[in-house]
Amino acid sequence: MRGGEILTIAGKEFRSRLFVGTGKYPDFSTMEKALAASGTEMVTVAVRRVNLDRTQESLLDYIDLKKYSLLPNTAGCYTADEAVKYSRLAREVGMSNWVKLEVIGDQRTLFPDNEELLKATKILVKDGFVVLPYTNDDPVFAKKLEDAGAAAVMPLGAPIGSGLGIRNPHNIAIILQGAKVPVIVDAGVGTASDASIAMEMGADGVLMNTAIAGAKDPVKMAEAMRKAIEAGRLAYEAGRIPKKSYASASTTMEGMIE
Amino acid sequence: MEIRLNGKTREVADGITVSQLLDELTLQALRVAVQVNTDIIKRERYEEVVLQPGDTVEILTFMSGG
Repeated sequence: MRGGEILTIAGKEFRSRLFVGTGKYPDFSTMEKALAASGTEMVTVAVRRVNLDRTQESLLDYIDLKKYSLLPNTAGCYTADEAVKYSRLAREVGMSNWVKLEVIGDQRTLFPDNEELLKATKILVKDGFVVLPYTNDDPVFAKKLEDAGAAAVMPLGAPIGSGLGIRNPHNIAIILQGAKVPVIVDAGVGTASDASIAMEMGADGVLMNTAIAGAKDPVKMAEAMRKAIEAGRLAYEAGRIPKKSYASASTTMEGMIE
Repeated sequence: MEIRLNGKTREVADGITVSQLLDELTLQALRVAVQVNTDIIKRERYEEVVLQPGDTVEILTFMSGG
């Protein structure tokens, strides 16, 4: 389902259209404050070996599960089999069947491997998962993922962690025109205006991590992102004016003295 | 007996179950997933799955990620 003021993914309602990652913060306490400032309702997490040294702090001590849903990712997986395995492990940890499905094809760009991504999507959908695949900005492939049962499609704006913004807005626009499931722009956002641009175009949401976690002041940037997402969405709902080459006076000529 | 636990060799009691291992590691209360060799062990089977010498055990949880 798309459109409307509240975002719905697989029957779950979100008041905030901003999804935030939990990686790369200077410390857990900054992360906790940044998540609160962002207004997000769903945060991504990774599945990794537990720290057997129990004196160390754990991520989950800093995430209030009454406030946030967890969206486990399959970051670091390079094959469909591996991503399916990690999704199943995540389901065991979290007792949730949602997954941000990543199948990476290249270490330097972290671009997805489409063939493996589609394969993993099909397996996981059949297995009852709510699959949110991270994909490139290819409208044809986004459609294939949707047809395979993805609950949303998550095209990248630019490479993960690059901060380059929305590199191919025209492709994102085509994806938005064709999609029947929510479209979440995932990765590439560098600053607040990037998030606004995605939302003004009609994206259903934006997922980001580095732009907030890597900012000089992550808590302040989280607030900026919350406002940027809200502003962009409002502008989209309001309907912008068409672009024109020439001026159109805001003030009437009528009533001027002769 | 010896098992491989999260990539390291570890000495555990013969006949130890997954549940007993989690107790020993004080991980019982935590949200974790357990894989023995290539099988993911469901929570409800922790008490019945007995580890064998040389088993590869992975205990995973949620960590920071984007």
